[in-house]
Amino acid sequence: MSRAHDEHGHHHREPESVLSLRVRALESLLIEKKLVSSEAVDRIVGAYEQDIGPHNGAKVVARAWVDPAYRQRLLADGTAAIEELGFGGVDLQVVENTPGVHNLVVCTLCSCYPHALIGLPPVWYKSFEYRSRAVREPRVVLREFGVDLPESVEIRIWDSSAELRYLVLPQRPPGTERLSEAALAELVTRDAMIGVAVVPAPAAR
Amino acid sequence: MDPVPSREIADMSGQAALPRKNGELVFDEAWQGRIFGMTVAMSHEACFAWREFQAQLIAEIAHAEREGESSSYYERWLHAFERLLADKGLLDEAALAERTLDFETGRRDDVF
Repeated sequence: MSRAHDEHGHHHREPESVLSLRVRALESLLIEKKLVSSEAVDRIVGAYEQDIGPHNGAKVVARAWVDPAYRQRLLADGTAAIEELGFGGVDLQVVENTPGVHNLVVCTLCSCYPHALIGLPPVWYKSFEYRSRAVREPRVVLREFGVDLPESVEIRIWDSSAELRYLVLPQRPPGTERLSEAALAELVTRDAMIGVAVVPAPAAR
Repeated sequence: MDPVPSREIADMSGQAALPRKNGELVFDEAWQGRIFGMTVAMSHEACFAWREFQAQLIAEIAHAEREGESSSYYERWLHAFERLLADKGLLDEAALAERTLDFETGRRDDVF
């Protein structure tokens, strides 16, 4: 089998434009052969860009951080509050981390998860180990994730189900008073919204 | 209906893992999204099984690392995709080279 890049050495990163042309040529050939359609490719890229990742959830958290009234509505009725931002399809309860309480989400039965807000669940979330140990020894599990909580902090476990999903509202990190809502959303990670991480202050990143 | 992202694809691990930032997929250039989308689309159409592509991608990454190439993740992906299509008899490399030239010289402008 011939490989063009073997024959030419191929030791340098090619300029993007060359690759871009080659990919366009490839797409055009595959469309001609009716092996793909531009529309299918568009839909797939859109679905993976939007459905995978925590950015919807991050927007919800950032809004709650900057808007106390929204935060109250979110904690009172998560389902309605996320619909305000255009996210739906999930019955949601939002649980708030405070200096005295840390929340951790698990699904002990399977892998119920608020996909619409934070994308696809990570592999460990679905593992039997996490599902059993998060309930049995949450403090140890959290430490393994790098969250070392003082004994004085209460840990609450929330067991997701097909009917109700949970999202952790993490504590806003110090030193972020001047950040815009959009910049705050950038700080919020998937793991923080599951409860296995805290949102680090920007300087610590 | 929009396709539902597949865990088999989204959860690829190790060196084959999709580049992400804060959990989201990162396409630095538009062509990276196109090649990703084409590959997923063809696996949906059962032109090949995803694990076949994944194995090819892993082999391509290993090859590039061995040769000390500085190629990007999606450049390696492109080579793996081309190789797999050629193996399946779905792509003629000479035709691809010619079509690429068509785009380069402006003889052709649209993909369709």
